[in-house]
Amino acid sequence: MKICCLVKEVPDAAVQKRLDPATKRLDRSGEKTLNQFDTHGIEAAMQIREGGAVEVDEIVAVTMGPDSAQRALHKAVALGADRSVHLSDDALAGSDVCATGYALAKVLESESPDLVLLGQQSDDGECYTIGAVVADHLKMPSLTQVIEMDVAGEKLRCERQAEYGYDTVEIQLPAVISVGDAINEPRYPSLKAIMGAKKKPLDSKATGDVGIEADKVGEAGSQTQVLAINPPPEKQAGEVFEDEDTNETVEKIVAWLDERKLI
Amino acid sequence: MADILVYALHDDEGNFNKNSLGAISEAAKLASETGGAASAVVVGDVSDDAAAALGKYGATKVYRAKACPEGLAQPIVDVMAKVITDNGIGYALFGGGLLGFEIGAGLTARLGAGVTMEVTAVKAADGKLVAERPVLQDSAIVDVGYVSEPGIIIGRLNAFDVAESGAGTAEVEDVEVELSEWSTKATMVTRGEARGEDVNIEDADILVGGGRGLGEKDNFKLAEDLAGSLGGAVAATRAVVDAGWYPYSTQIGQTGKTVAPKLYLAVGISGAIQHKVGMQSSENILAINKDQNAPIFEFCDLGVVGDLHKIMPKLTEAIKAKKGG
Repeated sequence: MKICCLVKEVPDAAVQKRLDPATKRLDRSGEKTLNQFDTHGIEAAMQIREGGAVEVDEIVAVTMGPDSAQRALHKAVALGADRSVHLSDDALAGSDVCATGYALAKVLESESPDLVLLGQQSDDGECYTIGAVVADHLKMPSLTQVIEMDVAGEKLRCERQAEYGYDTVEIQLPAVISVGDAINEPRYPSLKAIMGAKKKPLDSKATGDVGIEADKVGEAGSQTQVLAINPPPEKQAGEVFEDEDTNETVEKIVAWLDERKLI
Repeated sequence: MADILVYALHDDEGNFNKNSLGAISEAAKLASETGGAASAVVVGDVSDDAAAALGKYGATKVYRAKACPEGLAQPIVDVMAKVITDNGIGYALFGGGLLGFEIGAGLTARLGAGVTMEVTAVKAADGKLVAERPVLQDSAIVDVGYVSEPGIIIGRLNAFDVAESGAGTAEVEDVEVELSEWSTKATMVTRGEARGEDVNIEDADILVGGGRGLGEKDNFKLAEDLAGSLGGAVAATRAVVDAGWYPYSTQIGQTGKTVAPKLYLAVGISGAIQHKVGMQSSENILAINKDQNAPIFEFCDLGVVGDLHKIMPKLTEAIKAKKGG
């Protein structure tokens, strides 16, 4: 079995994020890291490999993004992927969900995976949707926000929460699965794995290498357009304070509750 | 003119989802503003009367695909793609929730359509729709327009209010759709299984919501004690429910319940969007969290940055003393 893990480089959680008023795109400069949600996808792949129910020949980390995105791939490899693929091309800049899903599907197609895993969302775009977009392009069954997954032969048995409670779904491989963060606790990479990550094969691909039609990606290929960026409606900011003396803190909370007749 | 198609989700008893009904109501309003029509798609075993009754919310037509199973996204993508293409529909609107996200995403790929998700409001302008979407932890709202039709709009949970505006009865048209090969490769084994005891949190005036910051399952005792002192109930985030710390029936947020108590006391909850949408209408929000960067501090009324293990037991005692005194 060959597993591809889609990963994304995102701004570090501690970095103040903003929209660039000129391009109306997310300003992705500053310190970056591997999308934490995607580490659950890599861990899920590792657990399938270690579980022994099926033979996993290869785990490949795949990303799309600028040169800096290679660091996210190094991290993915340190966490267990055998090699990585980096789709990078100026033509891709400004791609919306529709265009990004198409481009990722094309690069995945060139790898012919039996299973594609990804995190349920990205830390920055908060889209939740890319897995299902990719799956339709690949003509594969898919399920998102999966919190339990067992492999049995050519099938996956998946559990997730949907609108009315827990659903159990059986899916034939090949398939695209986005995993929820409750599915596992990602391991910490060993120092040796971190040191060795840069030595593992990393293929860089441009749009032409995987048959991406140029007019379907980038700003020109995107079907949505940001027309304006507005501030959110004013909300009276609450009071936030640090607990220095817990007795005082508790007194303050009780007074606040009492004022609002909540006690 | 904008014709808008809505997917109306229903449970195994045939009850339509509140967010779906909200989306139909919203679609009807937008369609009337642009001179278009609002219609709905239902799949599976839906009676003539139940389908026609969606007219109450403003749907003029209901497309019903009886042979298509309910509950999994991809067969519904097949149905909606066909209805949109055959009828030249301009927009598909979803009322939030997991299936809406998946179906909307599938349609994006199938139809090469633009998509906007987590939408909180939709505007009509010059016969076209513009979606408002909060981004970056709700610190900005972007207006997203569509370069081409169809366009896909996926609402945030509770974004659209249910309104009975329609004439009453929608025309029901049965549609035959051949499912894609890959759409038949996922099958539902069990749907909508509830786990753990059934707890009613919707009616509580005071809720103590517990998240991952509680550290471990046993620490929910702290939340129960605090709720007990206040005469309230205990709720939970999706993360801790998925981890098996607390029953599913107490889950608040995107896939759980929506609450609006007089007091919501969030302990160890970061306040991610998925949770926020289920509790942001609470009258008073008090948050205790050790991470000063937690988003919950952006929308709470009183926030304490500190160790909940230290604060909660003392707070419980102080409230008990206050009540006793």
